Amino acid sequence: MSVLAVSNLAKRYRRGGEPFAAVDDVSFEIEQAETLALAGPSGSGKSTIARLVLRLIGPDAGRIDFEGHDFLALSGAALRARRARLQMVFQDPLAAFNPRATVARVLDDPLRMHNIASRTERPRHIAALLQRVGLDAGLAARAIHEISGGQRQRVAIARAIATRPSLIVLDEAVSALDVSVRGQILELLLDLQRQERIAYLFISHDLGVIRAIAHRVVILDAGRVAESGDARTVIANPQSAIGKALVAATPRLIRNRP
Amino acid sequence: MTALLSIRDLSVRYRRDGVEVQALKGIGLGVLAGERLAIIGESGSGKSTLALAVAGLLARGARIDGTIDWQASQFQTPRSVTPPSVLPDISPARGEIGSSVGGPPSATWEIGESGDDGLISPLAGEMSGRTEGGAKDRQRLPPTNNTPVSGRDIGFVFQDPSSSLDPVMPVGKQIAEVARTHLDLNWQAANAKSKTLLDRVRLPEATLHAYPHQLSGGQKQRVAIAAAIAAGPRLLIADEATSALDTIVQAEIVSLIRRLVAEDGMTLLFISHDIALAATLADRIAVLRHGELIELGETRQIVEAPRHAYTRALLDAHLGLDAKPLLDRQGASA
Repeated sequence: MSVLAVSNLAKRYRRGGEPFAAVDDVSFEIEQAETLALAGPSGSGKSTIARLVLRLIGPDAGRIDFEGHDFLALSGAALRARRARLQMVFQDPLAAFNPRATVARVLDDPLRMHNIASRTERPRHIAALLQRVGLDAGLAARAIHEISGGQRQRVAIARAIATRPSLIVLDEAVSALDVSVRGQILELLLDLQRQERIAYLFISHDLGVIRAIAHRVVILDAGRVAESGDARTVIANPQSAIGKALVAATPRLIRNRP
Repeated sequence: MTALLSIRDLSVRYRRDGVEVQALKGIGLGVLAGERLAIIGESGSGKSTLALAVAGLLARGARIDGTIDWQASQFQTPRSVTPPSVLPDISPARGEIGSSVGGPPSATWEIGESGDDGLISPLAGEMSGRTEGGAKDRQRLPPTNNTPVSGRDIGFVFQDPSSSLDPVMPVGKQIAEVARTHLDLNWQAANAKSKTLLDRVRLPEATLHAYPHQLSGGQKQRVAIAAAIAAGPRLLIADEATSALDTIVQAEIVSLIRRLVAEDGMTLLFISHDIALAATLADRIAVLRHGELIELGETRQIVEAPRHAYTRALLDAHLGLDAKPLLDRQGASA
């Protein structure tokens, strides 16, 4: 059974008075411990799909099954409980968090809201989460705005895994990081996936990153699926026009490797 | 090739949140006339500070030591000292998430020792309606020898065209204004020039009457480039000019910059965090780290035979379409 199954998803907006399909008949599935990447140019619908899957916005048509349940039909306590299993990490954690909150506070929220640990147990849980993402437990007392961008993104990942999710939506989660930090965060994500069997919906405009971390890729163009398949196969030999354009536009670094 | 400018022992310090930050430390660098030089580095490396220093756009209060010497013969006879033909960057933020040091000047800079002689007239050169705060908070070029840099000699393209363009003025007029200011044209001639420039950046003539919000990110960056080259600068500085764009639009803008630089014989300073992208465009690459120039060389030498371990680390961190996937390295699978 797949963790997530999206069927015939559609979302329309109006732009300049004209109706416009941001997402148009999109279907895909993600298995446990699998990374599915969504690739495509700006405006291809990647982030709209992320927002639909997270139920931050509602679709005009289609179905989303999450852990075998009709996710769009859930409400109230059932929705809240299921949401703990579905987490997210965005591009800019500074925008996602209250910058003046401490790291401990950011990690305390999900533990409290989802009744994962009692008040007395939470500091120990927080320390364990920080260690899990490669941060010193002493960082808990620091304010979000005081720590580096890489540390902040690790805190965002710690918060995402606090509720033991089966799926994390990563929307351009490594796009703003320096390249040296980016590699470490990708390694961390892979490590967590192996250990916790978490599935990732990995949204990126960067085919190099997708090729490094994703098992499969869906290439989107103007809200529709242009092609999909094994990430390396698709990127090595794209069939769609947009897939070819994305590959051609990716900068090549031609090195004489020893 | 002769030098267009030579930077000697350039250091820049400024205060941020009450803490003194040394953004550049003793940079020595010659920029050759007509070359495409990439300045690469991670956040906090000082690459944007260097770009701003060359353009004379550092905020007042920045402490600048060292010299930037311009080759006088490279420029037309200066009529008066006017600021560069830039669209001011309002947003202090960059696309990068970085540590708390370095980066471009922020509004918290102190008023330093530079005094009023460093004041750019808020009315000269910059676009109308855009000058509140921005222009008068900036200081003139660091101590220069030879010649004052005429404003029309440097064009500057920033990362975020939305913050560079006036949201309530048609873009054609914004480009015309730069031409009018720096080339002493009347409005009619400036508007004709604007039309030509839009054609040169491959935007349809109807774009003249468009407002920035009606354009895509790539189209806005084309407008910003048209404005930057409107006065016919000898030096074009592109500071992460493609970083906010998707891969396909990024490649288009890089091609556009390459063509315009070749057509006009401009010298290019291409500031980027992306060594692979820089290598597709640059003749030479300078690598900055923590405000220091780590390595400078021909692109081919930097990419194929880097001398410095940090340069090698940057190259190794690049995830290209030929790199071994991390998935394989870890032996993980679904």
